[in-house]
Amino acid sequence: MPSPRYWRETPQRYRLEAAKCKQCGKISFPPRLVCLGCGNKDFDTVKLSDKGKIVTFTTICVAPTQFTEEAPYSIAIVELSDGVRFTTQVVDCTPEDLEIGKPVKIVFRKIQEEDKTGIICYGYKAVLT
Amino acid sequence: MIGIVGYGSYLPRYRIKVEDIAHQWGKDPETIKRGLLLKEKTVPGIDEDTITISVEAARNALKRAGIDPREIGAVYVGSESHPYAVKPSGTVVAEALGIVPDVHIADYEFACKAGTEAMFVSYSLVKADLMKYAMGIGSDTSQGAPGDALEFSASAGGSAFIFGKENVVAEVLETYSYATDTPDFWRREGAFYPLHGGRFTGQPAYFKHIIGAGQAILEKSGFKPSEFAYAIFHMPNGKFPLTVGKKLGFKKEQLEPGWIVPLMGNTYSGSSPTGFSATLDVSKPGELILLVSFGSGAGSDAFIFKVTERINEVRDRAEKVKDMLENNRIYLDYGQYAKFRGKIIMAE
Repeated sequence: MPSPRYWRETPQRYRLEAAKCKQCGKISFPPRLVCLGCGNKDFDTVKLSDKGKIVTFTTICVAPTQFTEEAPYSIAIVELSDGVRFTTQVVDCTPEDLEIGKPVKIVFRKIQEEDKTGIICYGYKAVLT
Repeated sequence: MIGIVGYGSYLPRYRIKVEDIAHQWGKDPETIKRGLLLKEKTVPGIDEDTITISVEAARNALKRAGIDPREIGAVYVGSESHPYAVKPSGTVVAEALGIVPDVHIADYEFACKAGTEAMFVSYSLVKADLMKYAMGIGSDTSQGAPGDALEFSASAGGSAFIFGKENVVAEVLETYSYATDTPDFWRREGAFYPLHGGRFTGQPAYFKHIIGAGQAILEKSGFKPSEFAYAIFHMPNGKFPLTVGKKLGFKKEQLEPGWIVPLMGNTYSGSSPTGFSATLDVSKPGELILLVSFGSGAGSDAFIFKVTERINEVRDRAEKVKDMLENNRIYLDYGQYAKFRGKIIMAE
């Protein structure tokens, strides 16, 4: 991931900051410039809950280059307690441990390294609770 | 009253047993276990490092403190495994906690006592009235060369402490620091693993400094060992802190809650701070706690804390160290451990 893009996304990746529409209340994560619900452009910044559950998941066995050491690993769509859904890796478990509906907690982890001399990108992942 | 307003720890879920490391290098596990009093150690996940451990420990400290992170005026991370040689760990930690931009940030290094250095400076800044709150963190993903005695102990984990003047959980009654130039353990710039002076790391380094600091703070404060409910001494292995406790006049029961090294290993900068965190988890109002760190190079920082009534209010707001140590463990074999710790040379 190029450094400037990674840097621009740190509020959402580090602190789960989302955009809540001032008009219709819809929460966008990642934040958007225009609300998908009503087209409004005014938002409040809100911090999402760090608790949720697995909506669905899959296992990656043939991983992209920068993730080969982690394979096989699980990717899930997680729904947080405030209703927001996003895709994230579920770690500290085997693919067999996952089930739809299982509760998860969002944690702070290393996502990838540009290479051994590049920047380290951090962000959110989920763990089973 | 100046002291800790919030504390928290984090330990990775992965473990490797002494037997698996001993088997790899043709050593007798029972001799190691008996000699070092170690059973297993924590191992960082493939996506964990000093920064992620610091963030999780600090989040637990914030839960217990119940304060607005933006009121924290300083974030100091002590470690000997900062992921970057140039670029602070503390900036990522402060950004993740929502403390930036009105904050002073620095990374500390002093082998295994970098964590208590961060605590000492945080406490001092609050005492000097320069800020309302300051956070000191001790965290490491410790390195130990394959086949070296250190490999049995070098582990991962950390603890964070927020110092302030209001709603104090543990008041700082006294501090003392003791340091000399002693080449007992080092890692040169660019070297992957640290080196050490073998037996030289004992008497002239660890014991001299930690006992020196311990005796001096007892003298300065006027307290006797019997007046303390608990004491924590840096834990490079299981045996050393017990020997120090005995020499200073403490009973094993006083050391027990903080003597977490048999299951945790030596988390370097996170070692004595996490032992202290585990002790706070079981402490009662009014109890006195002595904490003495040790960092090779060499030096010791000593603190005397008095626990307040507020401990009963905040203790259960975050996961306790004992629960992290004993629950949800995932055991690795040596091959998996070598992969997790980057000890395998991969194709370019």
